[in-house]
Amino acid sequence: MRELIAGIMSGRALRTREAGLLGLNLLLLVAIAPFFPAFLRPVNLAGVFDDTALLILLALGEMLVLLTRGVDLSIAANLAFTGMVVALLNQYHPGLGLVPVLVLSVLMGAALGAVNGLLVWLLRIPSIVVTLGTLSIYRGAVYLASGGKWVNSNQMSPAFLGLVRWHAGGVSMLSWTAIVCAALVAVFLRRSILGRNLYAAGNNPAAAAYAGIDVGVMQGAAFLIAGAIAGLCGYLWVSRYAVAYTDVASGFELQVIAACVIGGVSISGGVGSVGGVVLGALFLGIIKNALPLVGVSPFFQMAVSGIVITGAVLINARGSRASALRILERRPA
Amino acid sequence: MQPILSLEGVAKSYGGVKALTSGALDLYPGQVTALLGENGAGKSTLVKIITGIVRADGGRIVLDGGPVSIASAEHARSLGISAIFQEPVVFDALTVAENIFITGRPQKRGVVDWPTMRRRSREILAELDPGIEPDMVLGRLSVAQRHLVQIARALSNDARIVIMDEPTAALSHREAEELFAITRRLRDEGRAILFISHKFEEVFALCDRYAVFRDGAGVGQGMIEGISSERLITLMVGRPVDQVFPKQTVPIGREMLRVEALGRGQEYEDVSFDVRQGEILGVYGLIGAGRSEVMHALFGTAPAETGRIVLDGETVTIRSASDAIARGIGFVPEDRQMQGAHLRLAIGDNITLPSLGRTTRAGFLSRRRERAQAGPLAQSLGVKMSGLDQRVEELSGGNQQKVVIAKWLATSPRVLILDEPTKGIDVGAKAQVHRLMGELAAQGVAIIMVSSELPEVLGMADRIMVMRRGLVQAVVARAEATPERIVRLATDA
Repeated sequence: MRELIAGIMSGRALRTREAGLLGLNLLLLVAIAPFFPAFLRPVNLAGVFDDTALLILLALGEMLVLLTRGVDLSIAANLAFTGMVVALLNQYHPGLGLVPVLVLSVLMGAALGAVNGLLVWLLRIPSIVVTLGTLSIYRGAVYLASGGKWVNSNQMSPAFLGLVRWHAGGVSMLSWTAIVCAALVAVFLRRSILGRNLYAAGNNPAAAAYAGIDVGVMQGAAFLIAGAIAGLCGYLWVSRYAVAYTDVASGFELQVIAACVIGGVSISGGVGSVGGVVLGALFLGIIKNALPLVGVSPFFQMAVSGIVITGAVLINARGSRASALRILERRPA
Repeated sequence: MQPILSLEGVAKSYGGVKALTSGALDLYPGQVTALLGENGAGKSTLVKIITGIVRADGGRIVLDGGPVSIASAEHARSLGISAIFQEPVVFDALTVAENIFITGRPQKRGVVDWPTMRRRSREILAELDPGIEPDMVLGRLSVAQRHLVQIARALSNDARIVIMDEPTAALSHREAEELFAITRRLRDEGRAILFISHKFEEVFALCDRYAVFRDGAGVGQGMIEGISSERLITLMVGRPVDQVFPKQTVPIGREMLRVEALGRGQEYEDVSFDVRQGEILGVYGLIGAGRSEVMHALFGTAPAETGRIVLDGETVTIRSASDAIARGIGFVPEDRQMQGAHLRLAIGDNITLPSLGRTTRAGFLSRRRERAQAGPLAQSLGVKMSGLDQRVEELSGGNQQKVVIAKWLATSPRVLILDEPTKGIDVGAKAQVHRLMGELAAQGVAIIMVSSELPEVLGMADRIMVMRRGLVQAVVARAEATPERIVRLATDA
C-alpha cells in the first residue's frame, strides 16, 4: 500500500500536468468537432501534426536549455542561417544528393549552438544576453550568405524537396522525424547520465557542483544539442515551405518557448518532460489550425496562447503554495 | 592507532585573503571528531579542501599513511570522503533514489539502471528511515529527512570519512537525537566522522575527540574526555570570554504592545502576550514552533487572520510592512542575507532605506541628509567598514547584522522585533549586539527577541514566552526561569 502511495506521489505533479494538458487538447478537439467534423478526420489530424512537427522539434531542443536554467533565443535564427546555407549548397551543387545536406545542417546547427554554449560556459555570461546577441548575428549572417536573395522552390532539387513530403503509414517523414526525435530525447533524459545531470544542474546548481557535476558543461551541452536540432530543422523548414529567405521563422523562438512553458517546463530550471513539451506544442498547433476555420484572426491566436501561458504559470504558482506550513498539532476531535 | 586522514599545515588563500594558514586535523576510524571554531576560523575552507571543492595552496594531506592531493569532488568521493552539508545540498525536483545516487548512478549497458537504483536506495534507507520511499520527490521531505538522504548518499559511496557540517542547525530536539543515534552507528561501523557544531551540549554528548581552529590555524586537538567547555572556548577565542550577558536593569515603563488571541491558519492560534517600554521579551521554542510566524504577523508581512493587536493603548490593523513601520515597529528578520540586508547596496543606503522620508529636502532625497543620518548610526554601532559607500556584502556576518539593526534605529522604533539576532555571528559581535539591545531598552524601546539559544534568552530577557507547535505554553518571569523549565515547556517532554 505504501508502495502504491509512493508511486503515485513520486511523479504526481508532472503526471497530473501532462494528463491535464492531454485533456485540454482533447477538449479542444471535442469543441471543434460539432462545427467542423472534417477536422477530426485522420488525414486532417496527420496534417495538423505535420504542421506542428517543426515546433515540437525546436521545443525539444529548447527544453534541454531551459532545464539547465538557460534560454536559447537564437534557436530560430540558427534555423534560418543553417536553412539558407544548405539551400544554397543544394542550389549550386544539386548533384551532391541529400546526405551532405543533412550532415551539414546538423553539424552547422551544432556549431552555432556550441558558440552559445561556449560563451555561456566559459565567459559565464547569462544565456539570455548571449543568445540575444547571437540571434541578431545569425539573422544577419543569413543576409550575408544569400546577399538578400531568396532561394525558391525551382532552385531546389527534387530530392531536397521530396524527403519531408514522403509519407509512411499516412504520416509524413517530417512527422516521423519529430516522433523519433521525441523518443530519442525522452530516452536520453531518462536513461543517460548526461541527461540526468541536465536536470540536476538546473534543479540546484550549487548542489550539482558539490556532486561533481560541472554546471557550465551541462549548459554548454544543452546548447550544443539544441543547436543541432535547430540546424536539422533549418533544412526541414526550408524544404517544407520550399523557400529560403532572411526572415524565415522570424520570431518563432517565442512560440517555441511558449510550447515549453505550456508543456510544464520550468523557466527556473530542473523541471520538464518530453511528454509535456509535445502536448504543449500540439496545443498551439491545434489552435493555429482550428481558429482560422472559425474565422478568427491570427492575432487572436496569439492572445489565446498568451492566456494559456499565463494560466499555466498561475497553476504552477498555486501548486507550490499548496505545500504551506503546518505547525499546529491536529487536536483530537 | 593511526589516523585515516591527517592534515598538516594546510593553507588556502582567496585572492589576497588568507582563509587558512596552517590547518591541522587528524581523523581516526571509529571516532567522532568535533571541529570547533568561531565564524571565519577556517572551518568551511578546511571542509572544502577535504571534499575536493577547492584545492589547498600548501601543506600535506595524508590518507591511510600516504600523501594525497585531492583534485576534485569526484576524486574525494572515490577516496571514500563524503559530506553532509548544513543547508541540505539536494535536488528537490528529483526523486529520493536519484538524490542518493546522484554521484554514481548504477548503469547497465551504458544507461541508467533505474530498478537497481531503487532497490539499493530502499536497502540503504531501511537502516535510516523506512518511511522514506525511493520514488518520493525530495521536495516533499522534511529537513531532517533530507539530511538522512544525504547520509544515505554517503553510505551509497561506501564513505569511510563522513563530514557533517552543522547538521542539527535546523532540526528539532528529537530529530537531532535520531541523527545522533545514526551518527553513533556509523562511527561504530568504523567510519571516521568529522562533526562541526556550535552547540557544546552536542559536542560533549556525541564526540570522542576535538580539533579547534582559530584565525585559519589549528590551535589544539585531543580527547573530549577530561576537557571542559571553558577550556574549549578559551582555545576558540584565544582569551577567556566573559560569558555573562550584559543585562542592564532599566525601569520598565507602560505597556507598549499587547497581542490578544492571534491566530493564522495552521501556523499558530490563541497567541496572547504583552511587552512594556524598556522590557526585553524573549520568545523561545524549537524551530517550527511558530515564533517567526507570529513576528511576521506583528510586522504585517504575513498578517494574522484572527485576534487583536494593541499598540500603545490603541487597537491597530497591520496589513503590511509599511503599516508596521509607520506605527513605529521595526523588524530584524532571521534570514539576514535574504530578508534583512540589501547585500549589494551600500551601507549608507541600507541604513536609510526604511526612513527615507526623513532625508528629503523639498520632496527630493538629500544625499547629505542621508549621510548625516547613516554615519553616526553606523559609527555608534561600531560597524567595521571602509566607509558608508562600501557594499554590505563585503562585511562579516556580525557587521551586516549591525547594519540591519542600524536601519531600524534610524526609524526610532517604539517596538523592535529581533528574530535570532545573533545567529551565525561570532562571539565578539554577539556581545556587541547584546549590549546594544540593553541600551535600546534603556531608551524605552519595547524589545521582542526570538532566539533558539537558551543562554541568550535566559541572559537577556526580562520575561520569556515559550511556544510549542503554534501555541503559547507559558510566559515565565526572569527570576523563575531555569534552563530545565524552559526546555521542558518547549519540548514534548
